[in-house]
Amino acid sequence: MENKTMARAGSLKLLGLTVSPFVVRVRMALQLKGLGYEYIEQDLFIKGDLLLMSNPVHKKVPVLIHDGKPICESLAIMQYIDEVWAATGPSILPADPYERADARFWAAYADSKLLPAWVGIMWAATEEERVEKVEDTLKAIGHLEEAFGKCSNGKPFFAGDSVGYLDLVLGSQLLWFEALQKMFGVVVIEEGKAPLLAAWVKRFGETDTAKEVVPDVDTAVEYLKKLQSHRAGATVAQLLS
Amino acid sequence: MAEPVKLIGTFGSPFVHRAEVALRLKGVPYELILEDLTNKSELLLRHNPIHKSVPVLLHGDRPAICESLLIVEYIDEAFDGPPLLPIDPYDRAMARFWAQFIEQKCAKPFWMALWLNDGDKREVFVKEAKENMALLESRLHGKRFFAGDTVGYLDFAACGLALVLGVLAEVTGLSLVGEDEFPLLRRWADDYTSEETVKACLPPREQLVAHFSGKKDRIKLAVNAMACQM
Repeated sequence: MENKTMARAGSLKLLGLTVSPFVVRVRMALQLKGLGYEYIEQDLFIKGDLLLMSNPVHKKVPVLIHDGKPICESLAIMQYIDEVWAATGPSILPADPYERADARFWAAYADSKLLPAWVGIMWAATEEERVEKVEDTLKAIGHLEEAFGKCSNGKPFFAGDSVGYLDLVLGSQLLWFEALQKMFGVVVIEEGKAPLLAAWVKRFGETDTAKEVVPDVDTAVEYLKKLQSHRAGATVAQLLS
Repeated sequence: MAEPVKLIGTFGSPFVHRAEVALRLKGVPYELILEDLTNKSELLLRHNPIHKSVPVLLHGDRPAICESLLIVEYIDEAFDGPPLLPIDPYDRAMARFWAQFIEQKCAKPFWMALWLNDGDKREVFVKEAKENMALLESRLHGKRFFAGDTVGYLDFAACGLALVLGVLAEVTGLSLVGEDEFPLLRRWADDYTSEETVKACLPPREQLVAHFSGKKDRIKLAVNAMACQM
């Protein structure tokens, strides 16, 4: 990836997995700030030395390495990028402390309640379990639909006129919603049930951020098939980070 | 005139403590509303419909702020006073990383290890808790508190270890953070609980012991039921 920025970025490397929502959101944050970086795709089945050395605690992606210093945990990385490059490009988190807390709350919700639910759809051992996970997913989407109404205040994105923190965190999961529809016929964000989010999905997909960073849905489907053949003992964490 | 601040909490909760100590360090006056979590009030359910948990911060007319570590960050950003998170972005990222680690890797195994009846299952959690606490221990080398000389965000994230450590050891008869194995964590726990601002919002030890002794059976029931589903 070429160096796109005029700002002093230092040396930036990102260890990632193209289809991981945790990685996609960090790449979106870097794109928003116009930062160039070296992207190094990881093999999560046979983890390389650089990954193991940079994230010895979790051995997971993404890891952002800035001037040799590793930063781990996607949400911590996004806030780091926002803070270090505060003077460059748009802000990722809003300025108002309450709005920041609200964005962080819903981002944590999207990761702790929504993500495990739809991952559960992919890995359900029985039809019963799949139905349960679909219900959990739709319930979480219901809450996020309400949240969109309140956060956006009539504007196109969660963050307002342009994308921000929560747009990126939820937006990074959309590729897998498409994959779920393709593979299981499950519609996570249905226009009839979540009209605000359905409209947001279309708008988000048209942003430069999404177009430049999000891989094709077939890449996700292929990766899922690869994971399914390696299934034994895989945990949520191992699947996508 | 400053907008009123209310904190909805419950007795003996390290999560609520995080919010209290943050408010006190910033010198923000607040009203503490104690909940009985077996009989949640309309106020709590209205302000935290998603998680229905404490703490919940109400600042003036704003909608509620929930999730203890998010409340701490909000307090740091909304009020003047000494910084609760480090100033340097890299140090802040480290603090957020280790706080997540504590939430995801320490809190649960610690809790399960204390209350599980099944010896074999308990051993698994004891091992996990100790492995993860060893990583925390290593963060304290050469430092009084996690960020240096004064208490801050990561100390609050870890406060459960300090606040309920000795108390739960007494109530359960199980000491998970022995002085030989974790000398730095033990010393940190003493320093944390004796810090002036922290001490001012801690209930007396005997009250905490009585509180957890009283809840012991109920906690055991809930934890063992959860373990059956795992």
